[in-house]
Amino acid sequence: MKALLQARGLRLAFGGVKAADGIDLDVMEGEFLAIIGPNGAGKTTFINMTTGYLRPQGGTITYDGTEITGRRPREIVRRGIARSFQLPQLFSEHTVEENAALAIAAREGIWSPLAPLLRPAWQEEARELLGRFGLLPLAGQRADALNEGTRKLADIAMAVALKPRLLLMDEPTSGVAASEKMAVVETLARVLRDARVTAVFVEHDMDVVERFADRVAVWSQGKIAALGPPARILADPAVQRDVIGIERPATPGGVAAHA
Amino acid sequence: MTLPRIELLLALLGAAAMVLAAMATPWMKFVLTIALAKGIAVLGIMLLLRAGQVSFGHALYVALGAYAVAFLAPALPDAALLLPAAALVTTIAGTIIGLFVSRYREIFFGMLNLALSMVFYSMLEKFYHYTKGTDGIRVPSLGVAGLQLDRVTYEWTVFGTALALAFCFGLFARVYLASPMGQALAAIKTRETRLDFMGVSSRNVLLAAYVLSAMMAGCAGALIAMTSRHVTPLLSYWTASGELVFIAILGGAGGVLGPFLGAVAYELVRVYAAATVADMWQMILGAVLLLVILFARGGIWGLVSVRLQRRRTA
Repeated sequence: MKALLQARGLRLAFGGVKAADGIDLDVMEGEFLAIIGPNGAGKTTFINMTTGYLRPQGGTITYDGTEITGRRPREIVRRGIARSFQLPQLFSEHTVEENAALAIAAREGIWSPLAPLLRPAWQEEARELLGRFGLLPLAGQRADALNEGTRKLADIAMAVALKPRLLLMDEPTSGVAASEKMAVVETLARVLRDARVTAVFVEHDMDVVERFADRVAVWSQGKIAALGPPARILADPAVQRDVIGIERPATPGGVAAHA
Repeated sequence: MTLPRIELLLALLGAAAMVLAAMATPWMKFVLTIALAKGIAVLGIMLLLRAGQVSFGHALYVALGAYAVAFLAPALPDAALLLPAAALVTTIAGTIIGLFVSRYREIFFGMLNLALSMVFYSMLEKFYHYTKGTDGIRVPSLGVAGLQLDRVTYEWTVFGTALALAFCFGLFARVYLASPMGQALAAIKTRETRLDFMGVSSRNVLLAAYVLSAMMAGCAGALIAMTSRHVTPLLSYWTASGELVFIAILGGAGGVLGPFLGAVAYELVRVYAAATVADMWQMILGAVLLLVILFARGGIWGLVSVRLQRRRTA
């Protein structure tokens, strides 16, 4: 497997807080990589730097052999990197179907002033996409009328509509009801595997991580404290104490010592 | 009957009513031509309103279109050539200014447009040698497509052109707003950042609408110049821009008929209020605006469309 995304020595600080302090990470093509860590560790900052929202103060990001450090979000998306958001970013005055169709239009080129957005081909694709996410019954609803969990799925569906090779998801299951969480992630994992999308996702639910991640990266104070398969990482007493919150006998140096 | 068809039917009925009013009362032809011209300019402003941006300076393009006619008329005394020339001039100006103002949003967008329109107003006022200052420029009598028409036929021709342009621009705006570019305008209003993360330049989406709105305002200005046959810097004054925003709110930005309903209502209220209570007509217009904002946020078209939808669902 080759590395689709390579981060080398990424640095970014907000005032005195180091959100990225020499991040080195390879994301392998086809894998699902989970990022875990306490709040403020710099997980979202990594996604923001990779997608062009934030410019790193040092280091490089290479995607598919091309350096994309500091490029604009638009340019990065066109290269095949899409993202979803911690707080779903839907077009609230549009229906779910129109949201999906707008994403398809963004991929195909929106500069057609005379053909409708909901033209047959795009409408069909939007409905097929929403069907895969189980959102078809809500296609006609306005986005601002959806519950949080459904908004999350619609948000991810819009990112998938862009047909990315790499999808970065910021807490895809937050806001989803506990009883629905596994079903939602099952759906999501199936859609992404079918579309052969490489995925990086920030997650706080360790059951989700254990079940769906191929590898886990543990973030701590802007550094990757541990990286490896979920079984090994989640069993690490330091990760359990510092990230998951399970009290075990202390490991000297805490999770940062396992980098 | 679907809403688009009802809209089309209403547009045709409205056009027929205007023609009848113009036939019954000759001076009404002038008032309605001006109303249609302002409706076209407001239609452009409505495109920007879809993106949540209010321009307080679009009178600049109305004035530019009008002055383009006034400056070019001695060399090119034909309305059929002057109208596209004014459209071209304002399209170019809209593109140049749009490249700058489309970087800004909300109050900054509105105020920058206002500032530029006032700069243009000052230029028209100060460069007396070219513009005749506040005296303005008289537009000579114009032919139409090579024909020299008598006064009444000429007035009917300009009125008919205004009606046809209003219809065509209205139809185009309807198609445009349903297209990805039009829908992206509404997306700018609700979640602009997401557009960028989908690979779409929201700035270019707004720029395209801005250039269209400038061109529409330019055509409106050309029609006003051809009808009134006299252009003054007041066309670019900030109150003229405010008037366009007033009409947009009065008519409602929810449909393409709104700007024309608003413009006709505005001009008629103004004419009748000015005739009956000369000192108070602005107060009457202010009260009308207050009532619309308090009780009919969707403007006149909002009131009409709600009734139509109720009837369809009943």
